[in-house]
Amino acid sequence: MKRFSQWVLVTSVPKVRRRSRVTPPWWFTLPALLLFAFVVLVPSARGVYYAFTDWDGLDPELAFVGLRNFTDMLNDGDALQAVWHTLLIAVAITVIQNGIGLLLALGVNSTIKTRNFLRVLLFAPAVVTPIVTAYLWRNLLGPDGAVNAVLGPWGRDWLGDPDLALWMVVLVVVWQFAGYSMVIFLAGLQSIPREIYEAAAIDGTGPVRRFWSIVRPLLAPAITINLMLSIIGGIKLFDQVYALTGGGPGHATDTISTLIYKDAFTLGEFGYSIALAVVLTVIVAIVSAGQFAVLSRNERAAS
Amino acid sequence: MNRYTKRTFVLEMVMIAVGIVFAFPVYVLVNLAIRPPSDTSSPIVPTTSPTFGNFTGAWREAGLGGALINSVLVTTVSVLIVLAVSALAAYPLARSTAHWSRGTFLLIMLGLILPFQLASLPLYQTVRDLGLLGSVWSLVLFYAGLQVPFTTFLYVGFLRALPRDFEEAASIDGASPLATFRHIVLPMLKPVTVTALVLNAVAVWNDFFTPLLYLSGSDQQTVPVAVAGFVGQFVSDWNLIFAALLISIVPVLAVYLALQRSIINGFAGGLKG
Repeated sequence: MKRFSQWVLVTSVPKVRRRSRVTPPWWFTLPALLLFAFVVLVPSARGVYYAFTDWDGLDPELAFVGLRNFTDMLNDGDALQAVWHTLLIAVAITVIQNGIGLLLALGVNSTIKTRNFLRVLLFAPAVVTPIVTAYLWRNLLGPDGAVNAVLGPWGRDWLGDPDLALWMVVLVVVWQFAGYSMVIFLAGLQSIPREIYEAAAIDGTGPVRRFWSIVRPLLAPAITINLMLSIIGGIKLFDQVYALTGGGPGHATDTISTLIYKDAFTLGEFGYSIALAVVLTVIVAIVSAGQFAVLSRNERAAS
Repeated sequence: MNRYTKRTFVLEMVMIAVGIVFAFPVYVLVNLAIRPPSDTSSPIVPTTSPTFGNFTGAWREAGLGGALINSVLVTTVSVLIVLAVSALAAYPLARSTAHWSRGTFLLIMLGLILPFQLASLPLYQTVRDLGLLGSVWSLVLFYAGLQVPFTTFLYVGFLRALPRDFEEAASIDGASPLATFRHIVLPMLKPVTVTALVLNAVAVWNDFFTPLLYLSGSDQQTVPVAVAGFVGQFVSDWNLIFAALLISIVPVLAVYLALQRSIINGFAGGLKG
């Protein structure tokens, strides 16, 4: 029945149907567009507007306050500290996580017998809920925790020391996501033809030189993805800080994201909070644009 | 090069040592979760009197049963929605070179840069005004929209690399655009759908910030919020807390171990997307 009707269509209106380029209708994008607009686009635009008002989250009457929320921020030591912490955490995570991830990838991309087992093991933390791993580490790093039990006399109050706590946040994130970086590097490594590598080895090129001149340029796409993922993820970091230190001790580990949450939901300062979110957005946009420009140039140069 | 040399053996030992260091926290997690509160020996010493009591206590007190059901519901429904609408949207966005198509694509890609923190407070207000706070359906709606940019990005990238021949043949045969999508395009999207499914499911299941805002103070919880509430309530009762953490991890790890190849490829697959 169906086949017959199609046959009729083809023979009866061939000129209408037989076009070389068939474009699907625009309304296919509507459901996605509506959901995206409702959840992301419209609230984000409203957020930018609210950042210039005295919005308190409840009162529909808004007063325009110009740049006051932003000038307040410049006089707010906690906010400036939080911006600094955010950038520090993001850079530290990016460097350490990808450094370790790359070494792990090189390690399991070998002929060792446990390579498959280690891949599965090292990647496993990446699928576990971040808030759960952070609570686990809060105990491990506690005064009577397992880390101090191992270190004995070298034990410290890891989370209670303002100079150390920020690095503990980095440690927890790196522990959880180094395997994620590893998996992406591994996919990149495995896309490198073995012959290239073997030819260089036969030519007498040492392992370090082989890595730098052959592997590194071909790994460019993997490096791009990994750097993007970890730096943007680091800038937005919330869950791990919330569960591990709550921003403390004092404000020693507060990031922009934890301040956004505290200012809105414990202090009721929604306008100020959303202004912080605008700052976060600007930082993410600048970093993404800069990274995209640099990395796509490198990728072109490498290929 | 493929031989197992002395250097390979050294590397093997080093990597196993690294694996042990990585797995150490999980050992402590299990060790504390199965020991009675009366056992106050060092957390790294294996317990001599393992018990199951912490698990029954944590399960009862944390409301993890209801939270698991909610998490499964929210993850399943929102991921199905986001996959469906994104695949449908990606079809014209990948195939049309018209101005509206390029413009729409860039608009949606803007969502890749916008951090969710910016939208979350105004959206919180909207959800509250709609009376949806405390409802898991507000979360379904939220994730269905939040994950559109990333998922559309994956689908469009994948589709652009596919030939149009089958679609055009179908269309010449008189198939409607919707039928072409369903019977021709969708089956070809299977590999990237696995990637999108894995990445979205993990992101939604693990998300904490939004359910913390939308569900706090209600009796509806997802697993991350239930765990956080439980930790807040039993501050230093770590045996009980660890049992709760372990319960919340087991379903995730079970799925991970069962589908390890697809999941790892899914995460690595973002590379090609």
